[in-house]
Amino acid sequence: MIVAKTGNEAMAYAMKQCRPDVVAAYPITPSTEIVQIFSSFVADGLVDTEYVPVESEHSAMSACIGAAASGARAMTATASQGLALMHEMLFIAAGLRLPIVMCVASRSLSSPLNIHCDHSDSVASRDSGWIQIFCESSQEGYDSVIQAVKIAERAYLPVIVAIDGFILSHCMERLEILSDEEVSDFLGEFKPNYSLLDTKNPITVGPACLPDSYFEHKRAEAEGIRQAKGIIEEVIEEYRKRFHRYYPVIDEYQAEDAEVVVLAMGSTVGTAKIAVDELRAQGKKVGALKLRFFRPLFSEKLVASLRKFKVVGILDRAEAMNSYISPLATEIRAALYHQTEKPLIVSYVYGLGGREITQEDIKVVFEELIHIKETQKVKDEVSYIGVR
Amino acid sequence: MMPSIKELSREPELFSSGHRACTGCGEVLAVRQVLLAAIKPVACVMPTGCLEIVSTIYPHTAWQVPMFHSAFENAAATISGMEAAYRVLKRKGKITEDINFIAFGGDGGTYDIGFQALSGAVERRHRFLYVCLDNEAYMNTGIQRSSATPLGAHTTTSPAGKVKPGKLEWRKDIVEIMIAHDIPYAAQATVWNWNDLANKVRKALSINGPSFINVLVPCPLGWGYHSSQTITLSKLAVETCFWPLYECENHKYRLNYVPKEKLPVTEWLKLQDRFRHLFRPENKSLLDAFQEEVDRRWEQLNKKVKCFD
Repeated sequence: MIVAKTGNEAMAYAMKQCRPDVVAAYPITPSTEIVQIFSSFVADGLVDTEYVPVESEHSAMSACIGAAASGARAMTATASQGLALMHEMLFIAAGLRLPIVMCVASRSLSSPLNIHCDHSDSVASRDSGWIQIFCESSQEGYDSVIQAVKIAERAYLPVIVAIDGFILSHCMERLEILSDEEVSDFLGEFKPNYSLLDTKNPITVGPACLPDSYFEHKRAEAEGIRQAKGIIEEVIEEYRKRFHRYYPVIDEYQAEDAEVVVLAMGSTVGTAKIAVDELRAQGKKVGALKLRFFRPLFSEKLVASLRKFKVVGILDRAEAMNSYISPLATEIRAALYHQTEKPLIVSYVYGLGGREITQEDIKVVFEELIHIKETQKVKDEVSYIGVR
Repeated sequence: MMPSIKELSREPELFSSGHRACTGCGEVLAVRQVLLAAIKPVACVMPTGCLEIVSTIYPHTAWQVPMFHSAFENAAATISGMEAAYRVLKRKGKITEDINFIAFGGDGGTYDIGFQALSGAVERRHRFLYVCLDNEAYMNTGIQRSSATPLGAHTTTSPAGKVKPGKLEWRKDIVEIMIAHDIPYAAQATVWNWNDLANKVRKALSINGPSFINVLVPCPLGWGYHSSQTITLSKLAVETCFWPLYECENHKYRLNYVPKEKLPVTEWLKLQDRFRHLFRPENKSLLDAFQEEVDRRWEQLNKKVKCFD
C-alpha cells in the first residue's frame, strides 16, 4: 500500500507491525512523535503491547532490558540527550545479548543545546555493542525497523535504527508499506533462548564477573557482532526476495567507473546522489557511497569498494573531538591501512546542529576532491562544510 | 495469612549457603526471611551492591529463583519491564502461572541513586514488592554516607574528624516518602522480628499494586560491632524507637510493636563504633539532638496511628 507519512509516523507504524510485547519510552525531540503515535495505537487497541511510560530514558532502556530478559520482544525510541542518558544501559543491553530494537531520530548533543539533526548521539554510542543502521529515507527507516527486529533476534544483539532528526523524522514522504500479515510472517514469533519468567528453571542474569571470566564474556560479545555481519546479509537478502526492496550494506551510486566519490550516512546520501547526477551530466567521473551499517563496520566490503577509487571524501555529521579527523574517516582510514592500492581519504565535517547541506555544497566538495586527485595533495586533514 | 515458624521451616531455602557475605550480615538474613515468607513463585531483581557481589560471582549463584541484576540505579525500572513482560505474555497465553516480583535494593540504590526509578515505578502502579535492605551506608563500596545514614555516624565520606563530628544531617524518611506516593502498602521491619517481617511480606505480595518494606539490616563491618550482635542491634533499634515497626495499608497507619519500656537511644548507639565519638563530652549536644529526633518521630508516628484508630 502507498501512503504519505512522516519519518516518525513510518517508524511508529513499523513498530506496530512488529508487534512488540513491551515498549518502554520517554519522549524526547525529535523522536517524541514515535512514542506519541505508538501510544495512540495502544490506546486504540490496534496493538497488544504493554506500553510503559517511564520517567526517564535511563529507565526506558532499563525496562526494555528487564522485558527482553523476560522473553518479551522489546522496543523503544529516543534521540540525543535521551540516548546519552541511556549510555550506561546500552552496554548492559549488548553485554547481556538482549535483542532490543530502538528507533533513533538522530540529533546533536548539548552543549550548547540544539535539537536539530546531526549524528553525534549515535556516534557517541559507537562502542556500546549495538548494531547501528543509518537510513537515507523514511522508506528505508520503515523497512529497516522490520529488518532490525529479525537481525536482533537472530544475532541476539540490540539494534539502533537511525533516521535523521527533523530532516526525515518530521518530513512527509511517499511510503510503501507492507500488510500486517506480511510483516508477521516475515518476523515470526520471538522465541527467546531463556527467560527470567521461567520460574521452574531459574537463572541468574547479570552476575559479577571477576578477572577470571570478564574478558571471555567480552571476547564472546565481540565475536557476536562479527558474526552478526552474516546474519545481517541473510536478513537483507530475505527481505529483498520477499518484498523486492533491497538495501545493501554499502550502496554504490554511479561508482562503477568513478574516480572520485563521497561517502556518507543518512539522508545526505540522497543529496549527494543529486549532486552526482548533475556532475555526471557534465561528464565528470564522480559517484556516491552510502554506508548503511556503522556497527558492525563492514570493513572488508568497504576496502573492496574503496580500493577502486582515487580520492574519497568522507562526509561526517559528527565530530570525533580527537584533534585529528572526523569519526567515520578515522575508521575508514584504519580499515585501508594494510592496502597497498588505496585512495586518498579526505575528511569533512558538515551539518552539525541542523546546519543545512545542499547539492551545491557537495558539488564544491567534488571540485575539491577532483583537484586533490590531480595534485595528489590533501591540504587540510579535516574541512568543515558550510561553517561560518 | 500469618505464617508460623513451623510453616516457614518447611519452605525451601531459595538463597543458598555458600555465598560470600560477611559473618553476621543482616542483609542476607533479610533476604532469606523474605524468600521464605514469599508467596511463590517469585522473580527477583537487585541493583549493584553488596547483595550482588556476595551472591552472584560468576559462574556461581546463591539464587534458587530467577534473579536479575543490571545496574545500580534501576532496580525498580528493570522490574517494571519484567512485570510488563509478564502481564503481556500472560495475556497472550505464553505464561500460565502467577508470578510475584520482588526487588531487593540497598539504601544507596533506593534512597539515593535509584530513587527516581523507584518513584516512577510506584507512580505507575506496577505490581511488585520493593524491599529496601537498609544498612545505612554504601557498604559495598567502602562504607560511604548515604541519605539513610543517621546523624553523627562516622562513614568514610562523613568521617568524624577534628572539626566535623561525622554526618551532619538526619536520615531521609523513605517509608514516609513512599506513603506520600499513595502506595497501597508500605512498612518498616527488622531481621530481629522475623514474624513481623514474614507477615509484612505476605501482606505486601497479596496487594494488587506496588508495595514497599524497609528492613533494617545491621552491618558488622560498616557499623563496627561483633558479628554475633546483629540480632541484638536490630532489636535495640526497635526497643529504642529508633526503628519503629509499623505499616501503612491503604492510608491506615498501624504500629506492629510497642516496646514495653522505651530505651534511651544510647543503648543502641553505644554498641557501634560508628557512633563512638558521639560519647565524647564535646559531642553531647549531638547525642541529645539524636535522642530528640528519635522522640519527635516516634511521637509523630503515634499521632498518625491514633488518627486512624
